[in-house]
Amino acid sequence: MTISAILFLLVLLAAFSFFMGRQKVHAVYLKQRQNSDLDVRLRVKFTLPKYFGYVAALWSLVPALLVLMVIEIVDEPIITKQLTNYMVQSNINIEENFDLYLNEIQNLDVNHIEGIDPAKVKVFEKFSDLNSIASTAKSVVVLALAILMTVFGLKKITVDLPARQYFEKAIEIILLLAASIAVLTTVGIVLSVLFESIRFFGEIPVVDFMFGTQWSPQTAIRPDQVGSSATFGAVPLFIGTMLISFVALVVAVPLGLMSAIFLSEYASSKFRSFAKPVLEILAGIPTVVYGFFAALTVAPFIRQLGESVGLSVASESALAAGLVMGIMIIPFVSSLADDVISAVPQSMREGSLGLGATKSETIIKVLIPAALPGIVGGVLLAASRAIGETMIVVMAAGLAANLTVNPLNAVTTVTVQIVTLLTGDQEFDSAKTLAAFALGLMLFLTTLVLNVIALYVVRKYREQYD
Amino acid sequence: MSNQTDKATLASMHADHGTTVGQPFCDNAKLSTRNVDVYYADNQAIHDVSLDIGRNEVIALIGPSGCGKSTYLRCLNRMNDTIDICKVTGQLLLDGQNIYAKNQDPVLLRARVGMVFQKPNPFPKSIYDNVAYGPRIHGLTSNKAELDDLVEESLIKAGLFKEVKDRLEAPGTGLSGGQQQRLCIARTIAVQPEVILMDEPASALDPIATAIIEELISELRKNYTIVIVTHSMQQAARVSQRTAYFHLGKLIEVGETNQIFTNPKHELTEKYITGRFG
Repeated sequence: MTISAILFLLVLLAAFSFFMGRQKVHAVYLKQRQNSDLDVRLRVKFTLPKYFGYVAALWSLVPALLVLMVIEIVDEPIITKQLTNYMVQSNINIEENFDLYLNEIQNLDVNHIEGIDPAKVKVFEKFSDLNSIASTAKSVVVLALAILMTVFGLKKITVDLPARQYFEKAIEIILLLAASIAVLTTVGIVLSVLFESIRFFGEIPVVDFMFGTQWSPQTAIRPDQVGSSATFGAVPLFIGTMLISFVALVVAVPLGLMSAIFLSEYASSKFRSFAKPVLEILAGIPTVVYGFFAALTVAPFIRQLGESVGLSVASESALAAGLVMGIMIIPFVSSLADDVISAVPQSMREGSLGLGATKSETIIKVLIPAALPGIVGGVLLAASRAIGETMIVVMAAGLAANLTVNPLNAVTTVTVQIVTLLTGDQEFDSAKTLAAFALGLMLFLTTLVLNVIALYVVRKYREQYD
Repeated sequence: MSNQTDKATLASMHADHGTTVGQPFCDNAKLSTRNVDVYYADNQAIHDVSLDIGRNEVIALIGPSGCGKSTYLRCLNRMNDTIDICKVTGQLLLDGQNIYAKNQDPVLLRARVGMVFQKPNPFPKSIYDNVAYGPRIHGLTSNKAELDDLVEESLIKAGLFKEVKDRLEAPGTGLSGGQQQRLCIARTIAVQPEVILMDEPASALDPIATAIIEELISELRKNYTIVIVTHSMQQAARVSQRTAYFHLGKLIEVGETNQIFTNPKHELTEKYITGRFG
């Protein structure tokens, strides 16, 4: 029986429990409410029968699901173990890697086994046998448990059971599980990046990586190749990332903040309801379209402009990428800032206006300080978008890891290098691919530090109303 | 007429009254309003109100909820300008100057006609910065020492200085409700206005804090003209010299506070102050 069939049966059983559980207390419930006098009837307080139904359904569902989960986790190692034992007993020896061999066995098709090594076919047959036994056992155990728990649960259902409290507790646990999945995923990602980075730092010293100014990750395939020594100095990448993000924020923060102030304080509600969605569409345009725009329109324009005043501008410049990225992240700043400025209580505006302050004085001295946390939040979101942006940089700023703070030069960023390190056919244990994890870790730490600083700034300068 | 006067009867009584009963006008008025109508879009909130507010008097505006007394109050410093759909017609004069004249700057008007709101609304700044806010934006003082003096003087006038003198840098939002409201009054008088509008200044406060505010209003009367909207008739009786009774957007009766509460001339006023509706 497949998992989906088992799940389907479990749900059916739970539905059955729900109706039975509800039914069991329904008679008592009705009896208590059976009184011709409405006043008496209104005074009878009673846990609604549906809660007893929910508790019964949980009894039949939860233990069975837990057991199913455990079996799903442990059955594969057990089958593998059995298969190995079988292979040892029947003297089947293999030269290749056992994992690869197992993979081949799993991928065999019952209908296409002619012409394959008979030993392999034998193992395959054993494997299929084991699988079907495991599957049957799984179905029997889970369903039997579910039925048992249903009977048990229904037996426990009486009018005295605090069903509403049980149900509330169950809801709380479900919500907790949902929250922990997000947290655990984050922890998992961080740990995996961390371990791969440690492997990388085993080959390349941390100091070389963090303070090296030369980035050329090409390792030699043959020993006699030219330029065979790869260097992994990450400084140019981080400087490049910072440079482009800085240009982007210089564009996005003032424009976004000012448009937010206009929309929330000056624009008529008609204009606002039209302009806000249009502005937010900016965030919905695929970044590759922005990249296109940056590479084909903005970069040549900047180059021409620079040349007309006698500056030498690279055809792929940090400035072009940063400008276009800035436009892209405007809605992150403006939308959030608009929301928080609008959320400042009207009484603050009236208090200030009532003292004879002008609109702009009110905005600068009262509204923005009160809305500061939200504004900083928006800027941070925009900054992380800028730091993580890849496509625009690939198209408009290039791949050359130059160590420069001149926005007219071509630079590259951390994310772009991660992409180039990992695309194509790569072995996953060379320094070159592992460097991607180290870069990822550094990027993660950088954003983390940025967040902490922002949090501190907000705490210190925030003016909290009510 | 029975105690259960229904709405229709009230409305017909109201339609009868025509003009305001009592003495709405006075000589040498600080604020003078004639035939004021206020509309929220197509909805008329104030009907033809004519009323004078004398110098250094406290006038109380009373009436049931939704009668337009707050709307009328907010016309006096053009606070209604902040509401797009609000339209004010009629003549409103401050010392003979038209408040709604094209060349009248509402910002300067509000510096002359200050306002204290129903819910204390100190800015999320320190106590000092709250009081210094107005003087700073109007450039009233020329140095820090003058500003310090002005802040202290305003806090003393508002009866708050003793309680906060050691923590002027603490946030104004950390004070109790009554203290916050006195801070808002200090903030308002720091701008040296001529008129102070108060929109139910004590309705969110406990009786002790209310008593302090009422005492303060009587004190402030020496230097300012005060218009106070209140739901508490006892409060109106305690703090004001004249009382105006509003009903469904019309000004029903104006008179000496004593006379209004002991011998009202209009039937609606009598019904309201004796607590038969409202």
